[in-house]
Amino acid sequence: MADRLAEVREEARGRPLPEDDVARQWLEAMMLIRRFEERAGEMYAKAKVGGFLHLAIGEEATIIGTARAMRDADYLISAYRSHGHALARGTPPNAIMAELFGREGGVCRGRGGSMHIFDMERRFLGGYGIVGGNLPIGAGVALAADYLGTEDVCVTNFGDGASNQGTFGETMNLAALWSLPVVFLVSNNQFGMGTSLERHSAVTDLQRKGEGFGVPGMECDGMDVVDTHAVVGEALRMAREDRRPVLVEAITYRFRGHSMADPEEYRDKEQVQEWRKRDPIETFAKRLEEEGILEEGERDKLDEEIVERVDEAVAFADDSPFPSPESLYDDVYVLGDQVRGWYAIDERGAGVRKGEDVADLASEDAGDKERYDAAVEQAGRENVTGERERPTDDAQADED
Amino acid sequence: MAVMRYREALNEALREEMERDERVVLMGEDIGVFNGAFKVTDGLLKEFGEKRVRDTPISENTIVGMGVGAAMTGLRPVVEMMTVNFSLLALDQIVNSAAHIHYMFGGQARVPMVVRMPGGAGHQLGPTHSHSFEALYLHVPGLLVAVPSTAADAKGLLKAAIRDDNPVIFIEHEYLYGQRGDVPEDSDHLVRFGEARVAREGEDVTVVGISRMALTAERAAEKLSEEHEIDAEVIDPRTLRPLDLDSILASVRKTNRCVIVEEGWPHGGVGANLAALIQEQAFDWLDAPVGRVTGADLPMPYAKPLEQIAFPHEQEIVDAVLATFRDL
Repeated sequence: MADRLAEVREEARGRPLPEDDVARQWLEAMMLIRRFEERAGEMYAKAKVGGFLHLAIGEEATIIGTARAMRDADYLISAYRSHGHALARGTPPNAIMAELFGREGGVCRGRGGSMHIFDMERRFLGGYGIVGGNLPIGAGVALAADYLGTEDVCVTNFGDGASNQGTFGETMNLAALWSLPVVFLVSNNQFGMGTSLERHSAVTDLQRKGEGFGVPGMECDGMDVVDTHAVVGEALRMAREDRRPVLVEAITYRFRGHSMADPEEYRDKEQVQEWRKRDPIETFAKRLEEEGILEEGERDKLDEEIVERVDEAVAFADDSPFPSPESLYDDVYVLGDQVRGWYAIDERGAGVRKGEDVADLASEDAGDKERYDAAVEQAGRENVTGERERPTDDAQADED
Repeated sequence: MAVMRYREALNEALREEMERDERVVLMGEDIGVFNGAFKVTDGLLKEFGEKRVRDTPISENTIVGMGVGAAMTGLRPVVEMMTVNFSLLALDQIVNSAAHIHYMFGGQARVPMVVRMPGGAGHQLGPTHSHSFEALYLHVPGLLVAVPSTAADAKGLLKAAIRDDNPVIFIEHEYLYGQRGDVPEDSDHLVRFGEARVAREGEDVTVVGISRMALTAERAAEKLSEEHEIDAEVIDPRTLRPLDLDSILASVRKTNRCVIVEEGWPHGGVGANLAALIQEQAFDWLDAPVGRVTGADLPMPYAKPLEQIAFPHEQEIVDAVLATFRDL
């Protein structure tokens, strides 16, 4: 791995910067992801955010390099570490933070949470909690794009761990067989949860794992936004013009644990420190300063503005109400002439009977009102400090 | 009305909906050049071409997953699983993706996809090709589940399924493919989901038959009438989600007795669920416990004599009905 890494980095070096404004925008976009996720982590510690929270801190260049190589009409689909992907596609930080808070103002109205961010308007198609589950969906999106005669490409992002799922091989084969315009992007952050690459994949050169299925591979330095942009840009061109899938491996690293409940016993601090020297934001900012694109103090000013935006997102999320109990069954089905009600049999409420239309469902029958109110009240307590009860690491390992 | 086989009715439904809507795309193993393992897609490749009738590799989970992605972004895929047992390989995409996407993304995306699959016993296909998984799919909120038993319903329900914006699990029956029936010729004739069919009117007992068992129940009803002077009402729910519980309850309130017949397993089955609903909502009308006739609680055996006693026939239904008239 070390030799290969050096090689990839060597190739990446010296790629020209984009225009000044564009370069500054890339930096800003990466900084926004970093600050947003740092704050999300804090909000998790304060129990404002529930469930699992997977941060992509360290992977910002992979995310922005990819997203900025795409057209607005292209689709991006990701996995469970995808706050950054939504931000990169332009989803407002307010709506993402509110989703993490489980609020009505969240991008999925508090139904999805951290692992299931989704923004149809900006063609960010999620947000999937099943490792490898998004691969066939991404190919299906490319199928529709092709079928409908558009030039749109679907970028399908997943982690190194997902390259071991059956869907990986199946999807590679089908995408190549049907000549689908899809760019598979494996964000190789060196670990499938806590299992390192060399312990989970017989072939660690992940870009080669598609070759046997007819999908050519490329690689990029995922810590370098310029290199990622160039390589993914070429992959997009091939998918769009040559009508074929391409697999791009972005070699990157996550600085934080797999999720917030990760004691990181599977890696030593020296390794993390070594990778942190190549922090994608620090190195890119330094380069912009050296080449005179970023003036002295400009970065601090940018940072202040970004912190303000993130502050605003937290305030927005905190002010947004929880979804109402009446909305519990919203969107289980697309209702219409044929499907007129929600069709669940809710045995918790004695008054609730089969198949009532959602509109006819009395709010007190939608669930236990006291339990709902207690949860709202707990979330509303100011200055929540200290550790709250968390799933144990063992439990997380089982579930995640 | 035209007389045609169940498989021909399905074929006609696919053809008409493909003619009606260019977004309808078929995907599945051997549906094209081979014309379908059970010939449901016979001739469609020739008629519509490879763009719309797509032979796939043997990759069930990925085929369904691609259907999900395509459905989210503008197509209306109809995906064929060669048997219900093979659909288990696609359970991740059916449950975690197709069924959940509309809800978990706050209503932003829809998955207008139909996953067709045949099930059922009777052809000596053994433990991996003969099961009935209605209950499995009935369990999942977000899915619609259709179980047609006649040629007319097969056509009308499949057309309605393709036009619906929800993911539909469409369970056909291998035994029924060759059965003939009257089918309306109107190309806009749909059978709406959530409307049961009263297959035979009667006064003394309600027999609910799922899929092929609706036909077996009708034959059992004739026997009950001839040999026991019991006038049974036979109801075919046609769809399990949504379920036309109102029609079933109305019948039970009239007859005061009920027997539910299915080919699937007894534990956590369609009948177990329906019996619970009936006793919750029509307890005071019942003169006897709700009876159930199910497939045997085992993997399906190959040997013909064993297979024949492992799924319900008329006599078990007759016996179960007679049991509801026993003095308690």
